[in-house]
Amino acid sequence: MPIIEIKNLTKQYNGLTAVDSLNLEVQEGEIFCLLGPNGAGKTTTLMMLTTLVKPTSGTATVGGFDIVKNQGDVRRSIGIVFQDPSSDEILTGYENLKLHGMLYGMSPKLREERIKEVLELVELTERKDDLVKKYSGGMRRRLEMARGLMHHPKILFLDEPTLGLDPQSREHIWKYVNNLVRKEKISVIITTHYMDEADMLCDRLAIIDHGKIAAMDSPAKLKMIVGGDVVVMKTANPNLEGIKKLEFVKKIQAKDGIVSLTVENASEHLPQILETIGKVESVEVHLPTLDDVFLHYTGKAIRETSAEGGWAEKLMAFRAKK
Amino acid sequence: MNIKNELVGILAVWYREFKVFLREKSRIVGSIVTPVLWLLIFGGGLGSSVSISGINYQAFIFPGILTQSVLFSSVFFGVYIVWDRKIDFLKEVLVAPISRTSIFLGKVVGGATDALLQSLILLVIGWLFGQFGIIPGLHITLVSFLLALLVLFFTTTALVSVGLIVGSQMESPEGFQLISSFLIFPLFFLSGALFPINNLPSWLAPFTFLNPITYCVDALRNVILGSAQFSLIYDLGIMAIFTIVVIAVGTYAFKKMKV
Ligand SMILES: Nc1ncnc2c1ncn2[C@@H]1O[C@H](COP(=O)(O)OP(=O)(O)OP(=O)(O)O)[C@@H](O)[C@H]1O
Ligand SMILES: [Mg+2]
Repeated sequence: MPIIEIKNLTKQYNGLTAVDSLNLEVQEGEIFCLLGPNGAGKTTTLMMLTTLVKPTSGTATVGGFDIVKNQGDVRRSIGIVFQDPSSDEILTGYENLKLHGMLYGMSPKLREERIKEVLELVELTERKDDLVKKYSGGMRRRLEMARGLMHHPKILFLDEPTLGLDPQSREHIWKYVNNLVRKEKISVIITTHYMDEADMLCDRLAIIDHGKIAAMDSPAKLKMIVGGDVVVMKTANPNLEGIKKLEFVKKIQAKDGIVSLTVENASEHLPQILETIGKVESVEVHLPTLDDVFLHYTGKAIRETSAEGGWAEKLMAFRAKK
Repeated sequence: MNIKNELVGILAVWYREFKVFLREKSRIVGSIVTPVLWLLIFGGGLGSSVSISGINYQAFIFPGILTQSVLFSSVFFGVYIVWDRKIDFLKEVLVAPISRTSIFLGKVVGGATDALLQSLILLVIGWLFGQFGIIPGLHITLVSFLLALLVLFFTTTALVSVGLIVGSQMESPEGFQLISSFLIFPLFFLSGALFPINNLPSWLAPFTFLNPITYCVDALRNVILGSAQFSLIYDLGIMAIFTIVVIAVGTYAFKKMKV
């Protein structure tokens, strides 16, 4: 039985369809990514699955429980790390965890044991008595991950776990997620708009755009679908008519002076392409990445739509205000 | 619903509020200094030419100032839920497997604890002022001290609920500030905190007697100064009804609250 089963899940906010008839299944023990640009509906989907937002229509089960009818059971089965900071800065790391244990009805003994364990897992044992105010963005995320795990959930939701973090902290987080699935044997749902993150972490991913799933499979299979090599050129006046006539060019995408081609055997055909297209400023050839997969399915690059108001920026703005 | 888990949940929410309260020293200091200044400067200034039915004016307004301090800090306690919503802390609490009722009650107990601790300090200050003749005629006994805390328990429970009802509906702290000011100032000025209510002009009397805070001030005057308009039971009865009504509304508001 799938650990999460979503059927025609839809959420509308006064006329705006944030999530549009979503259908998907997540298997037990899987790391599943929802990959999509800003406003794609990733957070809204998680909010519905975690019972915080009521769906407009459609249903879903999480851990076998209906997200509308059995909210209590769903909540006991899940842990979540929210997109925005959700720990109390005026409490210490330890106190935030203690509060969590109490909210989840853990016995004091189990709670203390578990706090120790999860603090070790995210390497925050030494900083546990510092106020969260004094943590870095990465440490705070780690604390929130530890907290999400503390009550032994069967399913862990991570909403943009590395948004706004530096590369080193991001790798840290990836390491924990991988460890976790091995050690705690749980299923993980991650939302992200970082291709490399999805590629690194997930067993399967769904590309989600405008509330709809554009494609769903393992990263390797999705890249295979794009097929061939990708040739990206910067050029002001491309001769696209000429390119279209070349039979080894499988797909053409042109936008804002960037032409991107999917080509069989690029190393052999590159001279002919360059001859045909006209004057180019730069050229780059690579194997398909998830970026290309995204472009293939949505007709736009995810980089164009990259993060606004990331987790860390929001935190800074919030602190400045407070 | 598991009763034990719900009770521990209430305790959890209280634990957090109380920790935060103890760490925000400026909040505690501010909540003590302001009423003392009212007593000394406003009370002292007006008191030099006014006394009310034989009671020194500073002593006369002591119950009113006590009420004022509870009124302000209880209602403003609601702003913290707006801050919780600004980050995702509110979601962390709401996604836990306990009912919204318990979360609401935990917050009420948390806010009430803050306000009662402040009241306790103010009552001790009032007692000292009386003992050392700084405010002549203010004699706070142990019995009046305990009864005053009982009265204020109803008052703060009700007013924290009011603050939380407003807070549960607001997106921004500024919005909260605006709405709660519209509530707090009429409640304060119409309560008779600063004037006697036995001889009001007929246009003012209905507003004053419709104001639940009036009965808190009256009850406190009863237990601290031994002079009041209504019986203690009557005052407490009205406060209790008010408290039950706003707790019911608050529980409902929390159930309907959006994350
Ligand atoms: N409470 C709300 N009220 C109205 N509209 C909302 C609300 N929450 C989300 N939306 C809208 O729903 C759409 C999807 O938002 P959502 O937050 O789910 O996107 P996302 O994929 O998580 O994006 P991001 O990468 O920015 O976090 C957006 O257009 C957003 O403006
Ligand atoms: Mg989001």
